[in-house]
Amino acid sequence: MIRTHRPVIGLIAGMAVAGVAVSGCSAGSLGSNSGDPTSKGSVTISFLVDNSDSSMKLANAAVDAFNATNQGVVVKIDSRPGGTDGDNLVKTKLATGDMNDLLMYNSGSLMAALDPAKNLVPLTTEPFMGNVEDTFKTTVTSGGQVYGVPFGQAQGGGVLYNKKIFAKLGLSVPKTWSEFMSNNAKIKAAGIDPVIQTYGDTWSSQLFVLADFHNVIAAQPDWADKYTANQAKYADDPAIKGFQRLQQVHDAGYLNKDFASAKNSQGLQMLVKGTGAQYPMLTGVVPAYVAMSDTAAKDIGLFAQPGDDASTYGLTAWSPAGIYVPTTTTGEKLAAAKKFLAWMATPEACDAQSKAVSPSGPYMIKGSKLPDGLPTAVSDMEQFFADGNVSPALEFLSPLKGPNLEKITVEVGSGITSAADGAKRYDEDVKKQAQQLGLDGW
Amino acid sequence: MSLKPITPDDAPSSPSPMRPPRASARHVDATYPLWFHLPGGIIFLVLFLVPTVLSFYFAFTRWTLFKATFIGFDNFALFFAEPGLIGSLKNTLVYGFLTSGLKVVLGMLLAVVLSSPIIARGYLRSVTFFPVLVSTVGVGLTFQVLLDPFHGMVNQVLSGITGRDGPGWLTDPNIALLSVVAIDVWKGIGLATLIYIAGIAAIPAEYFEAARVDGANSWQVFRRIILPLSFPATSTVIILSLIGGLRSFDLIWTTTQGGPGFASDVIASVIYKQYQAGFYGLSTAGNVILFIVVTVIVYPLSRWLNSKETVL
Repeated sequence: MIRTHRPVIGLIAGMAVAGVAVSGCSAGSLGSNSGDPTSKGSVTISFLVDNSDSSMKLANAAVDAFNATNQGVVVKIDSRPGGTDGDNLVKTKLATGDMNDLLMYNSGSLMAALDPAKNLVPLTTEPFMGNVEDTFKTTVTSGGQVYGVPFGQAQGGGVLYNKKIFAKLGLSVPKTWSEFMSNNAKIKAAGIDPVIQTYGDTWSSQLFVLADFHNVIAAQPDWADKYTANQAKYADDPAIKGFQRLQQVHDAGYLNKDFASAKNSQGLQMLVKGTGAQYPMLTGVVPAYVAMSDTAAKDIGLFAQPGDDASTYGLTAWSPAGIYVPTTTTGEKLAAAKKFLAWMATPEACDAQSKAVSPSGPYMIKGSKLPDGLPTAVSDMEQFFADGNVSPALEFLSPLKGPNLEKITVEVGSGITSAADGAKRYDEDVKKQAQQLGLDGW
Repeated sequence: MSLKPITPDDAPSSPSPMRPPRASARHVDATYPLWFHLPGGIIFLVLFLVPTVLSFYFAFTRWTLFKATFIGFDNFALFFAEPGLIGSLKNTLVYGFLTSGLKVVLGMLLAVVLSSPIIARGYLRSVTFFPVLVSTVGVGLTFQVLLDPFHGMVNQVLSGITGRDGPGWLTDPNIALLSVVAIDVWKGIGLATLIYIAGIAAIPAEYFEAARVDGANSWQVFRRIILPLSFPATSTVIILSLIGGLRSFDLIWTTTQGGPGFASDVIASVIYKQYQAGFYGLSTAGNVILFIVVTVIVYPLSRWLNSKETVL
């Protein structure tokens, strides 16, 4: 999941940084090394960020503000491609010792694939790590060491829906899958596409499977550990349900007719315009659709992907990306890098991020608060966090994520393959990843 | 390539009785000392030979870029156990042979037309060759837009005529690969045509004159003179386009990324996806396999085509 959502995560992360920039003035005092030799001139460090528009904009804003307040350190941004090309670039730079002084990269299973024990500087004992939420720390922990500071906000994966359509048709938010399907029948009868899918951006096809994970661990709490140990499979209950649900919406004819070629932004447009009613998505896209219409922020809500049991209804959530220090950063550059990280881990930084761009989820920094007047989908998501009905996505509980999931979900979601065959094929895909990582039991 | 300097004697149109003996090439070789070959040799060694040998080693390891663990033939076993491998192997062969065959047939027909005295011949030749000059990635992205099932120009024209939705050229798993084949032929036909035009131009005019004296019609001229005597061009086109087709990647990646699902995956795109996923050892093993597949198909074919040439 991580890979596919990188653009989204990056976007959020970018916002976070941008916000930080604005509030930078108060943060200087939080730097971890007090004896900074400002008089000797400044230390320049470079920070590698993915080149998505929002990441860059926000990272730039953050760094500008940081540079303005902490005279001893100048942070300079370098960009890299996103997606799998970016993965390769990061791994190559780390392997050849050519990495920037700081890098922004996904947390969870993708970070685990960077061989952090060898390539990243552990931050476990740094005082500023006390400001970081423990839920985030678990996603950047490997071999007992913590390696990252959050870049951006958490996001939820569920179903974005057009509230105007729901109100017009008298529908209520479904708490179970069968309610969801009967809603779909009514929406289709009204001449509106019930479920939007956009396989022109293949990553968006994975949501039905990945956002179903809350339902998987609700049914079997130790599923992720068994999965990592080669004892639980997607081809079996309860995990196969995600694939089956993907197949069901296609077989029932609930998709928009251009599902095979539409792109994510077109999908959001359908949702905002009301030609489609529901879109399984991550909240990272909120800023994108808010910009499409004046009323979109209010009209679009979020519900979690419903499972079989209304009593365990809850949301699957994604941790923000992290900022890491490679082991090639040493001496005064390392001290400067830690100073920047310390500043990033402050509530003031979060407030400033919120000022720059409307956040799409809660921060992972202790004491930070989200501003009022958030888009409806974000406050819907906040409610799940407030109620405690949230589970982390699988990629934060297990280092295993098969690289071909998005291709397989396109096949299942387009009716090329059955859910059973798709799930089986994905299990094979995961096996390769497990062997590459050298996990026990594979 | 020999290092023989170009002299007026080399021009085939003006054979001279004073032509120096062939030994001159050997003589030129002998005058260059070893150090003269060194720069080229070192570049070849460092950039080609060493990586090639290393890739054969890494194909036998589980490689994360950070460390490589020797695992014997496991990568090859895993590559052959890949569920999409058979499909991608089939797609590779379909793609290679289809593009090659179409380029031979259409390229020759175009060359015959463009060799005859028609209006605006120079312009038409340029137009035919133009797609070859455009970047493959640019072509791929352009066709992705043109072939969009609902907003693309092709289907808008089609549905304007037929009144129904056109096919999902790149999104229908049954025709996605064929659509890419068609784009590849459109892009590559110019080169095939150019080779054929040269091949036809190289046929001595006496044959055509003799045929005209004997009263041969244009079909007979094509069948009995152009077709057999342009055989060297045919074998060049076959070999070049087959090698290109079997290892084709860029066009497929920019149009369908091997999709929808795995419907238009070829070996090269499977390898690339494994590389993207960080399975460096596995994808290196895949490249070794691709190398062997291409060699096994192209080497005997090339030998056979060459032997046919000498018969003529």
